[in-house]
Amino acid sequence: MNQEGVKQTPKEEHANTYQRKFEKVNEIINRLGRSRSALIPILQEVQEEYRYLPEEILTYIATALGLSPASVFGVATFYAQFSLEAKGKYVIRVCDGTACHVRGSNPVLDAIKKRVNLTGNKKTTDDLRYTIETVSCLGACGLAPVVMINDKIYGQMTPDAINIILDELEKEEAADE
Amino acid sequence: MNKEQLEQRRDQWRQGFAREKARILVCAGTGCVANGSLAVYEALKREVEARGEFITVDLLLESKETGVAVVKSGCHGFCEMGPLVRLEPSGILYTKVKVEDAPEIVEALLNGGKPVERLLYHHPLTGEVYAAEHQIPFYHHQQRTTLANCGRIDPEDIREYIANGGYAALAKVLTGMTPEAVCREVIASGLRGRGGGGFPTGKKWELTRIEKGPKKYVVCNGDEGDPGAFMDRSLMEGDPHRVLEGMIIAGYAIGADEGYIYVRAEYPLAVKRLKKAIAEAKEYGLLGQNILGTGFNFDLKIKEGAGAFVCGEETALLASIEGKRGMPSPKPPFPAQHGLWGKPTLINNVETYGNIAQIINKGADWFSGIGTPSNTGTKTFALTGQVANTGLIEVPLGTTLRQVVFEIGGGIRGGKKFKAVQIGGPSGGCLTEEHLDLPLDFDSLKAAGAMIGSGGLVVMDEGTCMVEVARFFMNFTQNESCGKCVPCREGTKRMLEILQRAVNGEGRPEDVETLQELAEAVRDGSLCGLGKTAPNPVLTMLKYFKDEYIAHVVEKRCPAGVCSALKGYQIDPEKCKGCSKCARLCPVQAISGELKKPYQIDQTKCIKCGACVKNCPFKAIKEG
Repeated sequence: MNQEGVKQTPKEEHANTYQRKFEKVNEIINRLGRSRSALIPILQEVQEEYRYLPEEILTYIATALGLSPASVFGVATFYAQFSLEAKGKYVIRVCDGTACHVRGSNPVLDAIKKRVNLTGNKKTTDDLRYTIETVSCLGACGLAPVVMINDKIYGQMTPDAINIILDELEKEEAADE
Repeated sequence: MNKEQLEQRRDQWRQGFAREKARILVCAGTGCVANGSLAVYEALKREVEARGEFITVDLLLESKETGVAVVKSGCHGFCEMGPLVRLEPSGILYTKVKVEDAPEIVEALLNGGKPVERLLYHHPLTGEVYAAEHQIPFYHHQQRTTLANCGRIDPEDIREYIANGGYAALAKVLTGMTPEAVCREVIASGLRGRGGGGFPTGKKWELTRIEKGPKKYVVCNGDEGDPGAFMDRSLMEGDPHRVLEGMIIAGYAIGADEGYIYVRAEYPLAVKRLKKAIAEAKEYGLLGQNILGTGFNFDLKIKEGAGAFVCGEETALLASIEGKRGMPSPKPPFPAQHGLWGKPTLINNVETYGNIAQIINKGADWFSGIGTPSNTGTKTFALTGQVANTGLIEVPLGTTLRQVVFEIGGGIRGGKKFKAVQIGGPSGGCLTEEHLDLPLDFDSLKAAGAMIGSGGLVVMDEGTCMVEVARFFMNFTQNESCGKCVPCREGTKRMLEILQRAVNGEGRPEDVETLQELAEAVRDGSLCGLGKTAPNPVLTMLKYFKDEYIAHVVEKRCPAGVCSALKGYQIDPEKCKGCSKCARLCPVQAISGELKKPYQIDQTKCIKCGACVKNCPFKAIKEG
């Protein structure tokens, strides 16, 4: 930090511009510390902020923590939670754990994909509204099959039921706009 | 706070809770919350308030007043029937409660009326109605000790835990037992690790205790990644202090002053409640510096996982805490010698820590009296799948599969036939009808080619295709393989391809042998538990359901009628009246024929959408 009235060198000025751009990231790093063990919590909070991990931020984190970019990328690509691509406003996680699988999670997944027009391996709609993922288990097996939309869990899903939920979601969305 | 003050507080709070006229417990576990239990809680609270009977726990404990407490509790276990509401002291359990039901429930409670019958549990087969929770067959055959508080207390209020005997074991250990004595007690109890492997817990403690300090760590493995398992989640959400107490005792026993709880990222509610529990325990001097005035220091932190199944393996979990890719490392050295940041580390599962306080309180003899001689105590299981009653259960080790599936689980839903139980998640195996009388314990299951794992029990009926299930698990382990060992990384991929071919109707007869060979190579050539056990579902499938596999590969037929590539629809000429409805409905014009004469399906055009089967007025179209 520069004190008022003290002239900045070009190097400092550059660093400050950079700092402003990454203000939030800096705040996260300063709060969680620069030790290696803080890497995963830092990535988690950054992803919460940006909804994904932009590449330039990963290299920035690597420099800040004194790690090689490769090791930060290594961690970011190892864990399923992290995404290097932008995610939609609504992240729909369809549980495909054993309990959900044997009670019919696939037809539910198909119904969602069909509704939001996602085919093949594409996960996010072009308008960045929806991201559809499957997860291995949400731990709500008693309610199988289960779907989680952002932080909310919906149990005992069927293709019809998920369509009703998405209808409501879109209605709310339209009302907000 | 010292031991005497803890006891004083306990007495004071106990008396306070005893003043409750009644208690309404609304389940706030993940399952019931998803079904809307929080709105039910608000509605019940409003009703009680409107009648002037509501009392907060604060008022109950700090004044002489009385009233009805409305409390959010942890998981009651019977998730299928949620939202669940339990009344105390009567023990009445209401199921599938809706907001509209609140006035009736409160009315019946306050005016001594009959319980609201339509909300009581009705047995799906006999129609019998049960008022009290403990009489319901689902609960009646269980022995809930680790889960004793789950669904009975507010997990976000340490006073409830303490009033129910909480932290007494910690006080006993810190004021009257040496670390050696604690380890001896745990060894004597016969407790084995509840995370799956079944290693004797006390021995692990002793091995870590004898290592040189000063820095050692205690780690709790809450990375419950097995699909179909939610025991640890329920315990962390429903009774977090029990886990904390077990960990603090472990810290004292092995000489550690720092601990980590590693929780799956998918469990936000568990993280929230554990954080609250840690803060409260610190506030009361039960965690942090100079615990209970004895000079013992122990601090706990939470680490949230980032979604990697392999992190359930202890060395991978430690790597993840250190901020690295969660990849396992060879053992030895074991974490007990060389663990977190190279220091001696004790790592146990959530449920294992959950057992500690009761062992200290009631003694090793009490604990070893439950279960069988080499498999002592109880075990929680997540009972799911095609069973009438799904939920979280706790039974003594050695209980038979039959008791679990048919007595507690109420048998197969929809009156179908039992086919198999998948136990132990992707590392476990499938057990069949011939295993129904097998005692559920570490050793018997291992002998049958399966394992307890963390305790997921997924019941499958006759409509489940075992080849497809094996493919499902292989897909899972293939995805989750960390890539370190070639046999696991490549072998699981090749095995998946073979199984994929089988369900697609492209299986080759020689695949059986290759599959077997690959399975053995992956098992023998992998470093960690994930690879070593990844072939289990395939091996048990080949062992117990080989005919089904052969049907897929040789006859190109799926006996359970699940694999869509092998499905075909046939019109029964005897039943077909030639109404032409199916031909008009068929989206690809695969059905043709003459009116009033039997129609035919062109199998090359058929896309197996099933529209004809569903709509045939004469039920003349069958899969086969």
